[in-house]
Amino acid sequence: MRVSLFVTCMVDALYPNVGVSSVKLLRRLGVEVDFPEDQVCCGQPAFNSGYHDAARDAAAQLVRAFRDAEYVVGPSGSCVSMIRHYYPALFEGHPLEAEANAFAAKTYELSQFIVDVLGIDDVGARFPGRATYHTSCHMTRGLGVLEAPLRLLKNVRGLELVDLPRREDCCGFGGTFAVKMARLSAAMADEKLDHVAEVQAEYLVGADTACLMHLGGRLERRGGRVRVLHLAELLEEGTRPGVRIEPEESARRGGAGAAGGAGGAAGARTGAGDRAEEASA
Amino acid sequence: MAKAAILDRIDQALGNERLRRAVRKATDTFRGGRARVISDFDWEAMREKARALRAHTIEHLDYYLEQLAARVRENGGHVHFAENASQAVEIVRRIAAHHGVRSVAKSKSMISEEIHLNEVLEADGIEVYETDLGEYIIQLARETPSHIIGPALHKSREDIAELFSKLEGRPLSSDTPTLTQVARRRLREVFLKADMGITGCNFAVAETGSIVIVTNEGNGRMVTSLPRVQVTLMGMERIVPRLEDLDLLLAMLTRSATGQRTTSYVSIVSGPRKEGERDGPEAFHLVIVDNMRSSILGGEFQEALNCIRCGACLNICPVYRQIGGHAYGWVYSGPIGAVLTPLYKGIEEWGEVAQASSLCGACYDVCPVKIPLHDMLVGIRRASVETGKSKALERLAFRAFGFVMSRPGMYRAALKIGRLAQAPFVRKGRFRAAPPPLSSWLSHRSLPSLPKRSFREIWAKGIDDEPGDRRGTS
Repeated sequence: MRVSLFVTCMVDALYPNVGVSSVKLLRRLGVEVDFPEDQVCCGQPAFNSGYHDAARDAAAQLVRAFRDAEYVVGPSGSCVSMIRHYYPALFEGHPLEAEANAFAAKTYELSQFIVDVLGIDDVGARFPGRATYHTSCHMTRGLGVLEAPLRLLKNVRGLELVDLPRREDCCGFGGTFAVKMARLSAAMADEKLDHVAEVQAEYLVGADTACLMHLGGRLERRGGRVRVLHLAELLEEGTRPGVRIEPEESARRGGAGAAGGAGGAAGARTGAGDRAEEASA
Repeated sequence: MAKAAILDRIDQALGNERLRRAVRKATDTFRGGRARVISDFDWEAMREKARALRAHTIEHLDYYLEQLAARVRENGGHVHFAENASQAVEIVRRIAAHHGVRSVAKSKSMISEEIHLNEVLEADGIEVYETDLGEYIIQLARETPSHIIGPALHKSREDIAELFSKLEGRPLSSDTPTLTQVARRRLREVFLKADMGITGCNFAVAETGSIVIVTNEGNGRMVTSLPRVQVTLMGMERIVPRLEDLDLLLAMLTRSATGQRTTSYVSIVSGPRKEGERDGPEAFHLVIVDNMRSSILGGEFQEALNCIRCGACLNICPVYRQIGGHAYGWVYSGPIGAVLTPLYKGIEEWGEVAQASSLCGACYDVCPVKIPLHDMLVGIRRASVETGKSKALERLAFRAFGFVMSRPGMYRAALKIGRLAQAPFVRKGRFRAAPPPLSSWLSHRSLPSLPKRSFREIWAKGIDDEPGDRRGTS
């Protein structure tokens, strides 16, 4: 199976390690990864600020860049939600309308792709520690992806996953909101970080770099020992050679990927239940 | 509204820990209550039904308004249509003058806040008393409501004890029985001496010409039965076609608002006292107020008129939670307020209110009639940009954004230029200072600098698998 990585502009520019981790993780799951070099920002900052022409300019470039992709996978629930949810309307009546719709339909958030398309609940990771997961709003509400990342995290050996109180509350990032109403945005982050402290998590894990940049940035100002990690980073660290669980087991788990192509994915999907059982045994 | 104004109000609220504590406590109570009772039914199916009912009603508003007016008149009431705030106020003033009114008892009406009715009546020498406990409190404090359902929700018990102590001229303790006894005693006098009752209207039933008032304190019933004249103010969208529609909408309203399966009082008033009846007003006037609502009809924001004023979007909103209602600057606050205020008061001047949202979408999730508030907030921002009055620097920035992002070569160059340009501002991998707008980010959060290599540069050099990486699958 071939995946085209939609790395997102924020990861590209500021957090390349999240992109590198995504690539390594997908490869370890038996997926071939390519990176269309002409990709840019999804246009969300302009869209949410009301500049829809500028948003469409960026979006059109992104649609063109992924024209030949089979699957598009990105490590950001928010950017993927922008594509899936808002591109169809943004391109209504536009020459690129059909392509934009096709692009929206083949684009997945990383954990959504691993669980729903590859059919993998357990990537074989080992990562000792106490972690809590931040449910980003656009990922959870916009994209409707809540279970996939949690399932992947629950199956990480050694990881103690604790629920974040009031997890459905926004962290206060909100794009340009974080700058336009900075103090208010930070007050929202403070409440979220109080909850992280309350559950005594060592790791704050999320699937959206933007929320993590905001929370991590606030955390640094407040002081605290919590390590902020993107889900891709945690799963990559946990599946490094020598860390990842036994090869035989992992072979069975990742077997579908080895077959390659869409057929492999279908096989993996039907086998997901069995593998989850094996893992917990 | 000057742009600085909303930021000032937000700053003020953020600095008021007592207010923030009160808002957190009250909204948590409402929110928790709602969460406990929505599982009584297939809530999602109910939401869809309620949405469809509201959409149908608004779609055929002209028909139902005519029907309502005809029924109210058949029932012996008077109907007045007011295009705007000043007309609405004039109508009420004339009614008061006609009946020689000296004292008014009001139950809660958000419309009366829209049209600033109390001030005008008071200027005419008429005493006006709010009788909803929350409204009574803020009237004493000379404030405006900060929440659709709990107008004084921003006040703590101690704040209220202070107000009542001043009123009574003696120190009062802040326990609930003491405070409610004061209000009860004083409000009884108000009910008994009022010549005119003014009410709001949760719903008006077109087929019967009835108005429906939902309260927990019974003040709505007092106001509609004791004074000799009743005036009910309604927004022109507060209509339901049939009496049986109340079954669905009241169930959704009270659950969404306070987490109650029903409220203590639902009063349905169909006109003045009829012969042989023992109570009710001698004269009944329904004032149907447009005040910009018809300008929303037929446009992309029409669904905002579906709102049944439950306040659930305020209670769930993480922004409202931090700042309360007054920071929004007008009668309606929270997500619905951030949509309605620019629409009612003008996008050019008030569009900035729609920036007070992180677009988290929680408001849509709880809305009992499924108004896509988060999308509307983006819509208001877009309409705001289209007025051409957004900040010149911001317009320029997004034009540059569109230009760069539609040219991959430029985007790649921008990454490299950014890395060079950041140098004076960076120390040890962190921005230490930056020009606006980045400076606002840095005033509250740290920000990593652009690393030595972007992802695409790392990719170009090749991302190596660690040895044995693919052993499981090879």
